[in-house]
Amino acid sequence: MKRLLTMFTLVGVVGVLGLSTSVLASQFAIVGGKVHTLTGQGTLAEATVLIKDGKVEQIIAGSTSPRGYERIDAAGKVVTPGFIGAYTALGLVEVGFSAGQVDASTTNHPVTTIGAAVDVSYGINADSTLIPITRMEGFTTAVTGIESSDYLFKGQGAVIQLMDNDPLLKARAFMALSVNNASASDTGGTRGTLWVALKQALSEAEYAIDTDLSPTQPWYGMISRADAKALGHVVQGHQPLLIKADRKADLLHIIALKEAFSNLNVAIISGSDAWRVADQLAAANIPVIVNPEYNLPGAFDTLGATLANAGRLDKAGVKVAIGIETHNIRLATQHAGNAVANGMSYDAALASLTKNVAEIFGIDQQVGSLAPGMRADVVVWSGDPLEVTEAAEHVFIAGEPIKMQSRQTLLRDRYLNLKQDKPMVYTRP
Amino acid sequence: MYNKNKPTWMLAAISTAMLSTLTLSACSDDSADAKAKSTATSEHVVINADPFPSTYEPIPAVATLITNATIIDGIGGLNTDSQILLQDGKIVGIGADISLPTKYIEIDGTGKFVTPGIIDTHSHLGVYPSPDTRSHADGNEMTSPVTAQVWAEHSVWPQDPGFQRALAGGVTSLQILPGSANLFGGRSVVLKNLPDRSVQDMKFPNAPYGIKMACGENPKRVYGKKGGPSTRMANVAGYRKAWIGAAEYKAKWDQYEADFAAGKDTKAPKRDLNNETLKGVLDGDIIVHMHCYRADEMVVMMDVMQEFDYQIGSFHHAVEGYKIADKLAQNNVCASMWADWWGFKLEAYDGIRENVAMVHQAGACAVVHSDSDIGIQRLNQEAAKAWSDGRRAGIDISKADAWQWLTANAAKSLGIFDQTGSLEVGKNADVVLWSADPFSTYAQAEKVFIDGGLAFDRTEPDTWPVSDFELGQIGEGDHK
Repeated sequence: MKRLLTMFTLVGVVGVLGLSTSVLASQFAIVGGKVHTLTGQGTLAEATVLIKDGKVEQIIAGSTSPRGYERIDAAGKVVTPGFIGAYTALGLVEVGFSAGQVDASTTNHPVTTIGAAVDVSYGINADSTLIPITRMEGFTTAVTGIESSDYLFKGQGAVIQLMDNDPLLKARAFMALSVNNASASDTGGTRGTLWVALKQALSEAEYAIDTDLSPTQPWYGMISRADAKALGHVVQGHQPLLIKADRKADLLHIIALKEAFSNLNVAIISGSDAWRVADQLAAANIPVIVNPEYNLPGAFDTLGATLANAGRLDKAGVKVAIGIETHNIRLATQHAGNAVANGMSYDAALASLTKNVAEIFGIDQQVGSLAPGMRADVVVWSGDPLEVTEAAEHVFIAGEPIKMQSRQTLLRDRYLNLKQDKPMVYTRP
Repeated sequence: MYNKNKPTWMLAAISTAMLSTLTLSACSDDSADAKAKSTATSEHVVINADPFPSTYEPIPAVATLITNATIIDGIGGLNTDSQILLQDGKIVGIGADISLPTKYIEIDGTGKFVTPGIIDTHSHLGVYPSPDTRSHADGNEMTSPVTAQVWAEHSVWPQDPGFQRALAGGVTSLQILPGSANLFGGRSVVLKNLPDRSVQDMKFPNAPYGIKMACGENPKRVYGKKGGPSTRMANVAGYRKAWIGAAEYKAKWDQYEADFAAGKDTKAPKRDLNNETLKGVLDGDIIVHMHCYRADEMVVMMDVMQEFDYQIGSFHHAVEGYKIADKLAQNNVCASMWADWWGFKLEAYDGIRENVAMVHQAGACAVVHSDSDIGIQRLNQEAAKAWSDGRRAGIDISKADAWQWLTANAAKSLGIFDQTGSLEVGKNADVVLWSADPFSTYAQAEKVFIDGGLAFDRTEPDTWPVSDFELGQIGEGDHK
């Protein structure tokens, strides 16, 4: 991808905001695009986003090219905050199936009895090929966690920034759990066991907050000491508890759980039936992370699944996030577009990929919207990002333009011309 | 290149006449048969090639004229402000010169698009239905690596709600395949997307059978500790062994036919259902659909194809099709592909977004398939992604040409292009009216016609089909 390094800023334009007469690599002006700020500033039909020192400096209506900023022409383009993968295993898995180590699944270990202590932040691999593949499509941040666990809890997930170095944006950003049919089957065989175990675990964690958990002291809890420490953050509301659930009855139990443990900060994953209890979820301030394309009765607890779920939830005032995938979390834009096609408002769909995700995970002061002082995670799209035929053209993470290249683009470029004098291994695109 | 002994299904499906010849029973009393009997002491044993015949009947239809629409004909044409007439189950007129019947309904297609109905070459609806339970998971006979004797149609549950979801996505025909655990997984079946009481009610009349074969990881994983194959080399040995057996079986039957025709007193060979299917491939009557991801494996399989003188109809998934697109074209093998799935297993690690466009560009027959009960609902978007990804890589394909991936090429790879897959006069009226350009995320199939009958009308929720399974359940008849 060509970098639009232009000297026009030096010769042609008198920028009122010009701070310097030289182009600084860390200063960019994204000029003239339709800018979705995801803030009170709303959507600006034509605006300029200034990036400085890794942050959004300012968003100015109209097209302006201040001196000292490398100019990115965004006329006719769309500018958004970097999208956030709402629920992924990015950085924890390279190839999931029959291909060696996967840090997104757990097996038993005595450090935990219920899985809560597991901490994925140690498993994140910044060299994963999934990271360039994902970020060059406009996703700059991802929530990542355990996909598969034999335990009641799936442990503590993280938020990562899709950079080559220092990917960890927030360790122990959430706790995950599933209470759906599959999990009931794995946890004592019945919800009658699963829910008792869940409440017992949370109660023990509450008790443990003021307890000395050092090895010399007695602890007779069902959960391990490490679990108690981890869950302590959850019961105090410092760490969101993500609960995968689909059927109405399970969702009502979750609402009741939040009432019983009043500090809990709960979000629902999947929520096929969530539209049926949308008003209660809104009243209880429980957001839902959905796959809006899921509309099949894949199990007896997803009989209510419908493409209208995301739109109905949004209309009822529920905060919705979109994006449950890993290798193809980049397709969350398509998921959101289909939510719009099935009744969700466009603005809500964009928020479901950005601001809403950031709010659920407590990172909304850093990412998820474009405002002065926010991290400059900015994407310039060829057009409407929810259209399957449009693509990201420029991606900035923390103010730096990323190279629009991945292992996939290299494979493509190697094989675009099959007629080579030497074997393909000598073609280095 | 095409061998003279190779099947001709790429150009035309097995004709009705051919099927009826094959279905002549041993007790036929027509004169030719009677003459044969007079010179032979035994009765002529003829295998019934169609023991589960289609009982499909189109739903009632009225002549329908769609006007003022953009029409993508599925064979490379795109005409704005055009019209199309569906009558008596067929497309009877397109464009300006249409002679209208006395009675018809007119649909104003202003701002809308008309395309051929989508054909999914790779679906497991009915054999891996919703709900996903062990009791109804009937898609993969994982008891032996060679099970060409099983037929997917005997596992299809017509009450899978996935059929209705696919219909709402504009899918009018689909191939149901066995799974990919086996080297030879069994016969596929092509269905009309109009579920009724039995699978026979859905069977696409006169569609040839297919056979599912599989390369790579799956067979070696499933059978690695169950007697093999446990390696790719044993996979290939397994195909070759089976073809050798099938060739012997075919030779016996050919000898029998020759001897019988010569008036000799001869006895028909013993039937073997596994070899019967494989012989069907060698005879050019059954199309090979081969699950294969890696480029190198596809090249090996095309050599196996040459060795045993059969034709692979299409590679399915072909995630590395772009690496050997020229060879696919040379060997006249289609590739049914996803737009962008990758990485879920190692043989899918080299998936790229431009795969479909690069295969098309090389002159090979590219098809966009789903292999998914979710993906099948928006194959138009999958083609749109592949089209736009190709363009960004400098591969300039028109939307009209790209639509071939969903209909014409799909129909060719299934051997039904003489009946469906394009908007041409005389073809079945399998037609979708889209609310907008189907290359847009926001476009939806508004009306779906199968053989001219209105099978789905998004604007009339009371008319939406509901499977038995969903009747009386949460969300029955809901916006799906």
